[in-house]
Amino acid sequence: MRRAAVLGTGQTDHRTRRTDVSMAGLCREAIDRALLDAGTDWSQIDAVVLGKAPDLFEGVMMPELALAQSLGAAGKPLLRVHTAGSVGGATAIVATSLIRAGVHRRVLAVAFEKQSESNAMWALSIQPPFTAPITAGAGGYFAPHIRSYIRRSGAPPHIGALVAVKDRRNGALNPHTHLRQPDITLESVQASPMLWDPIRFDETCPSSDGACAVVIGDAAAVSAASREVAWIKATSMRTEPTFYAGKDHVNPRAGADAAAALWASAGIKDPLREIDVAELYVPFSWFEPMWLENVGFIGQGQGWKLVENGDTRIGGVLPVNPSGGVLCSNPIGASGLLRFAESAMQVMGRAGEHQVPDAATALGHAYGGGSQFFSMWVVGRTP
Amino acid sequence: MSDIAVIGFARSPRSEALVEVFDEVLSSAGLGRREIDFWCSGSSDYLAGRAFSFVSAVDAIGAVPPISESHVEMDAAWALYEAYVKILAGEAETALVYGFGKGSAGDLNRVLALQTDPYTVAPLWPDAISLATLQARLMSAELRPSEQNLGTDGASAVVLAAGDRATRNRDRPAWITGIAHRVDPPGLGERDLTTAPSATGAAADAGLTPDVEVAALHTPFAHQQLLLRRALGLGDDVRYLPDTGNAMFSGGLARIGAAAEEIMSGRARTAVAHATSGPLLQQNLVCTLGGTR
Amino acid sequence: MDTLAAPLTIAFDYTRSLGPVLGRFMAGLRDHRVLGSRTADGRVHVPPLEFDPDTLAPLTDLVEVSPTGTVVTWAWVDQPLEGQPLDHPFAWALIRLDGADTPMLHAVDTGTEDKIKIGLRVRIRWSPSPTGHIRDIACFEPGTAPERTGHEIGDAVTIMTTPIRLHYTHTTSVEEDRYLRALAEGRIVGQRCPACCKVYVPPRVCPADGVAPGEVVEVTDKGTVTTFCVVNVPFAGQRLTPPYVVAQVLLDGADIPIPHLILGVPSDQVRMGLRVSAVWRDRADWSTTPENIDHFEPNGEPDAPYESYAEHQ
Repeated sequence: MRRAAVLGTGQTDHRTRRTDVSMAGLCREAIDRALLDAGTDWSQIDAVVLGKAPDLFEGVMMPELALAQSLGAAGKPLLRVHTAGSVGGATAIVATSLIRAGVHRRVLAVAFEKQSESNAMWALSIQPPFTAPITAGAGGYFAPHIRSYIRRSGAPPHIGALVAVKDRRNGALNPHTHLRQPDITLESVQASPMLWDPIRFDETCPSSDGACAVVIGDAAAVSAASREVAWIKATSMRTEPTFYAGKDHVNPRAGADAAAALWASAGIKDPLREIDVAELYVPFSWFEPMWLENVGFIGQGQGWKLVENGDTRIGGVLPVNPSGGVLCSNPIGASGLLRFAESAMQVMGRAGEHQVPDAATALGHAYGGGSQFFSMWVVGRTP
Repeated sequence: MSDIAVIGFARSPRSEALVEVFDEVLSSAGLGRREIDFWCSGSSDYLAGRAFSFVSAVDAIGAVPPISESHVEMDAAWALYEAYVKILAGEAETALVYGFGKGSAGDLNRVLALQTDPYTVAPLWPDAISLATLQARLMSAELRPSEQNLGTDGASAVVLAAGDRATRNRDRPAWITGIAHRVDPPGLGERDLTTAPSATGAAADAGLTPDVEVAALHTPFAHQQLLLRRALGLGDDVRYLPDTGNAMFSGGLARIGAAAEEIMSGRARTAVAHATSGPLLQQNLVCTLGGTR
Repeated sequence: MDTLAAPLTIAFDYTRSLGPVLGRFMAGLRDHRVLGSRTADGRVHVPPLEFDPDTLAPLTDLVEVSPTGTVVTWAWVDQPLEGQPLDHPFAWALIRLDGADTPMLHAVDTGTEDKIKIGLRVRIRWSPSPTGHIRDIACFEPGTAPERTGHEIGDAVTIMTTPIRLHYTHTTSVEEDRYLRALAEGRIVGQRCPACCKVYVPPRVCPADGVAPGEVVEVTDKGTVTTFCVVNVPFAGQRLTPPYVVAQVLLDGADIPIPHLILGVPSDQVRMGLRVSAVWRDRADWSTTPENIDHFEPNGEPDAPYESYAEHQ
């Protein structure tokens, strides 16, 4: 198999409403930064892969068609990926396959969401006829799973708040983040309103406008690059149904299987020791301990202990979401690609103030739907 | 040259018939469900009128234990392209590609307006048939676009396999000898609507030659047949497969399936399939198939 | 027999932020001026492109073109559809405005089809109530515009609102239809997967095995709360007034829980393992809808042991 590497990354300044740009302008802010970071120009881009969550968010059917020219895709191949919340990760993985297959030399992967064009909660709560009006909202969908996790693991109630404090403080180190709260404390999180019991306001992700772009290239493109790259050591995607009898929403089998395949493919035997930094898709703070267990960093019911020990802070055993993660910026369709891009930035040594010292191997992780679509990659400083 | 073939094809006029379509395509490919390494689908939320409409389609797969799977918000011909690349990259040996859409669930003529520019065109709600008429008149075509072929219900599935996996179950796999796609600028006034440069470019990238025996073209409107034959450089001595309707989001995949069936049945040695997406042939995919690798 | 079907309308007023190029274009329309963007090759594009098609550089050079132009191609509409610019028969046309190199799409009001033709000279009919929107052009009409009548162009438009309203027919599956018809009789039915033998309520293709469901099984309207959430927050699309409890309820005889409301008990007393029964609406109000069950409430039975529902959360 041919090798593929991230040559450069770019992201927008994420905000609740980016009223200063159109959809094309939003994407181009991320793309232009990625091209600059990669040291490439438009003539070197062979194909574009665009990822985005539901079209109802922007009210444009297949917006990549209308955006094609502004994204530099006119006259080139353009693919549109949609795998729910995991789509950002899937976008990077499809671009990686195009390089590994030898079809292209350099591919631009871009993902965006302009949530301020509508209201995501509205779009996700459309009630088809013949269904019960039992809408609970995004947090309401996941809160019962968090309750189950707490029951099963015996985690103390402040774990979710600890994650929120860590991620929001990390996010204050990242110039692009939407929510910047350097002064947040355990007490302030615990004093914030209980939205979807057991999820508090400060433990939820925001709704953001934003985009992310990544340039992925082959070995020849790496040779032509003048800066550090992030070698893509392994990718993995797994899917399971939203509901089925016996489905484990706390520790979904698709996530565990995707991770097992990923570690095997990357030759990683002890993830906790061998991974230097992880960007996990954590839209509600409690998902950090849940995913730490699900991807196999630590045994079942133990993830919260890593959080409580401070092991997931920058400087800890396994820094998780040094960028601030989804809890700080959540342009849904782009959130997964942001995790993948941030993991690459870490091993390229270009994460700025939130750089984890000497990060050589990193995990990018995304999930979507009812904890059923998972996409992950491992990137490293060396091939 | 790749080593990947179509080894099964099935279709249904019912978009809900995925369980049956999977059974049929797997049976024609001689594979069990668990022998599929990668699943990939194409569909559109706006056809169904709700977010994440593709998610419930996963139920028809029976994805326990979990599967390697992906989805494009495009005609499933592009899902086939993603699966082809996955196999080419060595990440899978077999793939099942499917597309589905219920064109009759909404007023397709209006829904498709949302594919146009969201700032300067879509707010006028140009209906798809009128847009096609603008194109037909530019071509001086006699054919008046009608609602007949605008978009129907349907589901299709194709099984791909690499190398020996293809020959194990099929005497005559339909080898993919070339596949490529491109997109044109979106502006209705920004391109010559009587041509399809993206189709011409994709045909060149796929290595299409005019001596191909059989062609299956994906043309939502009749006048687009003429346009595409010209764009693809195909003449009158090519045998064109009959238009079987524009099943939404599976129609392009079904063209690839139909062309592959010509090879698998021995009726042709070479074939080309074409798929289109977007307003007025904006995006095009060309797949060439042959009886020999 | 046809399965149950019902209409579904999806409507939202989208708020489109425009950015610098489209924002000035829409401001121009508001002030009765048409702006195009000039690309590196000197061509003027109307509507304006935001980025140069060749260099991909952001375009900043906006130039004014005439409100009069020429029909390049057209299509007659006998019966206008919802949302279109005119409510009587009209022509769609690509119109190249004088001074522009690319044609734009809009409606032309000629009254009858015999009056529209390629080459027809048409001018903008402005909307009487401009808002900085593409629909500030009400339509085009035959003729040429008088000398410039507009004022100077004011501040760029930031956001344009675009209502999107679509109508669908939602058709139920055979299994869903069976489930709904049973509910209309006060019964809850599931179906057993012939492969894994699990009972799904509502019945459906078995998501674990991908096979059509088999034996129809009637389940009780009693069950166990496997897990739950207290919703304290209002959000768009919400049908109930917070706070309320949404729980996963595993009905006796089913192998998968259904989400439902738990009422008749303070929310802080809802717990995992709580035994609940359905509270049905007045029988006179029953129809083919899950809303026949208004909510669930505690039935006084002792809590179910954790092990009995641990696999069904």
